[in-house]
Amino acid sequence: MKNYFNVIWAIVYKDVISEFRSKETVSSIIIFTILVFVIFNFTFEPGASYINEISPGILWVAYIFSSILGLNRTFLPERENNCISGLMLSPIDRGAIYLAKMIGNMVFIFIVVGLSLPVFTVFYNINIFLFLPKLILIFFLSIAGISGLGTALSAMAVNTRTREIMLPILLFPIMVPVILASVKTTSGILEGKTLEEITSWIKLVIAFDIIFIVVSYLTFEYLIEE
Amino acid sequence: MLNKYFYRLYLFLLGVTFVTIEASLYYIFILSPVEETMGIIQKIFYFHVASAWLSFFSFFIVFISSIIFLWKKEKIWDIVAHSSAEIGIIFCTIVLITGPIWARPIWNAWWSWDARLTTTLVLWMIYMAYIFIRPFTENEVKGAKASAVFGIIGFIDVPIVYMSIRWWRTIHPQAVIASKKGGLDPVMLKTLIISIIGFTFLYLSVIILNVSIDLIKDELENKK
Repeated sequence: MKNYFNVIWAIVYKDVISEFRSKETVSSIIIFTILVFVIFNFTFEPGASYINEISPGILWVAYIFSSILGLNRTFLPERENNCISGLMLSPIDRGAIYLAKMIGNMVFIFIVVGLSLPVFTVFYNINIFLFLPKLILIFFLSIAGISGLGTALSAMAVNTRTREIMLPILLFPIMVPVILASVKTTSGILEGKTLEEITSWIKLVIAFDIIFIVVSYLTFEYLIEE
Repeated sequence: MLNKYFYRLYLFLLGVTFVTIEASLYYIFILSPVEETMGIIQKIFYFHVASAWLSFFSFFIVFISSIIFLWKKEKIWDIVAHSSAEIGIIFCTIVLITGPIWARPIWNAWWSWDARLTTTLVLWMIYMAYIFIRPFTENEVKGAKASAVFGIIGFIDVPIVYMSIRWWRTIHPQAVIASKKGGLDPVMLKTLIISIIGFTFLYLSVIILNVSIDLIKDELENKK
């Protein structure tokens, strides 16, 4: 069991370190996220009163679109340098590779969220930091769902010829429940609701996370084996 | 040998399909009464509901055969899953087209983001993605495995989508659909059942044809 966690840790560490050195993924995702914030700003009049109602939607559209950029790159470096063969040859459980890649994606998306939320607060004039503990819980659950499913589907899309466009086509329809729940819970919290009032949505995300992480974990072997 | 068997089964199913579809058309257009409030447009209901049933049924077959394919690794189950998904997509498209045609005069809108409508649209998108995986995958074996995994994930997602969209709509209430159940004329109910049976036989005969064509293609590919 200890060995299992060591494997996961080793892969996560390797991914984070190589990302930290190249800064390819996180920097491009942050720029993209901020661009989405800016572009949405043109869809309504300055100072319009309905901004508070639609801003959770904008926030999540930005994060869901931008996380696609990161998820697309999950298996690309492994494939380019044929490292995936190395991973497959090493005597480790395929599920551990899946969990490690998923955790790596969660780390990257969380870095992006952490860096872009202050920008959102300034641009949309909503003090998100007042509700931070509750929001962290919501963000954690939603991002776990996005990365859990996204990692498996990314392993699927990386073998296709049109891989960049394939991932969103596969991922977005499946992710509809998470998208809805993220927006609903975020707007609920920003309106000052307690966790009890949005509990049905939280339960939905938890159910989604458990079901799809388990299914992806069990089927991941079929997606990467030759 | 296999193909001969398929051919006989296909001819039999085709015969049954012909008879049941004819019977359902006779029931729909001649025997069943014209609905009082909706008028003649209500008759689209028989095609609509039968297609909806078929699309769910064929996606269920995709789910089952995907599991069997990953378990047994026999190619036939991959072929069955794909054939079924193709048919399911066609009937799902028919549902999405006949729905708005009915809705325009009845609801005075082509589309409402009602739970059932939204789920059907999401279902359609999931299986379009499913159809895309195999032709775009570089390696055929990988494509088959990937689409089998997606066939499982996609089917599990449908009830979750349905639930979430219902919650979403209870928060934004709306003037909703006329209840389709209750007070359905017995002749209408009979017509509906006959058309569902006819469509199911249509599905069976098309899938037999589809699978046998794919088996022949596969054989040809191996002989090259």
